Amino acid sequence: MSFTAIDTWWWPYVFILIAGWLATDLWRFLGVYFGGRLSDESELLVLVRCIATALVAAVIANLIIFPSGALAATPLLLRIGAGLAGFAAYLAVGKRVLVGIVAGEMVLGAGMFINHAL
Amino acid sequence: MTEPETDATESSDGRAAWLWRGATAAFSIPGLILASAFVGFAGLARDAGLTLAQTVFMTGVVWALPGKVVLISAILAGSSLPTAAFAVALSSVRLAPMVVALTPELRGPRTPAWVLYALSHFVAVTSWVLAMERVGDIPRAMRTSFYAGLGLTLVLGNMAVVAFVFVVAGRLPPAVSAALFFLTPLYFLTSLWGSAREKAGQTAMLLGLVFGPVFHLLIPGFDLLATGLLAGFMAFGLHLISKGRKAV
Repeated sequence: MSFTAIDTWWWPYVFILIAGWLATDLWRFLGVYFGGRLSDESELLVLVRCIATALVAAVIANLIIFPSGALAATPLLLRIGAGLAGFAAYLAVGKRVLVGIVAGEMVLGAGMFINHAL
Repeated sequence: MTEPETDATESSDGRAAWLWRGATAAFSIPGLILASAFVGFAGLARDAGLTLAQTVFMTGVVWALPGKVVLISAILAGSSLPTAAFAVALSSVRLAPMVVALTPELRGPRTPAWVLYALSHFVAVTSWVLAMERVGDIPRAMRTSFYAGLGLTLVLGNMAVVAFVFVVAGRLPPAVSAALFFLTPLYFLTSLWGSAREKAGQTAMLLGLVFGPVFHLLIPGFDLLATGLLAGFMAFGLHLISKGRKAV
């Protein structure tokens, strides 16, 4: 029962609905069910925020360390260095997101250029 | 306790204004970065052999980008429906704690449950970070309207981006794709730090950054879940210890 198993126009949509929509919105609906039972000053909510933040941080780190597509062709140390440079620049100028992004991209771009030239 | 009295201003006029403000909040640096991430996704889906309609449909119904990338890889690998659904569900567990954290902030005194369930579909990292940053400045009764405007604009706008890229753009030069793909982690790295409610959130973020790749190698598939639980509980433990010290 793979994506191409049934040769009709609707099967891929059913596949996307079950493996995609149901598999993600299930968690969102569960979140509303439990979130609706918590006060926004509850100490338990601090724990939930910590777990959610750590999960998102793991997604970020994996995007940098184990990227897909064209980014995978760049050196690992360059990506880590560019990420650190962007974060340092963000903190240095008083938490300006745009400054952090531009700094990180500049380091990545310069690194790719040098790597290409060598 | 310090909530502003918003009942008097709760007119249909006010709702439309906040819906509009939410929609315009999508046209921001985070929104632009998300759109560029979807440029990359459209290329991925086309390379995987999906049609334009299937790709746009997937963008609307799944919405969260990591879940879609996992679904495309499962399709490419020829996985069966249950295997693909399991992989996507595993990669999307993180949405549950995100929604748990956001729901009490969005909920007004008389918000019907169905509104919260419907709005939860828009939860993915970008709208979550934006909402956690901004809801504090929005009257409680208007928060759902703001988030509806933000979420709808992001979803519909990126469905349009995906369709446009799918049809018009050829393959981008590798250096441009690499720079586009790098925007997402850079944006999240900085904005996640800024959106933390308390120091414990920043501790959790630093621990998550370190544990994520380690668990990715040790227990692939369960890495996000394991990182969230371990780093989350550790940060919460430190939070309780420092709070106990302050109380003494």
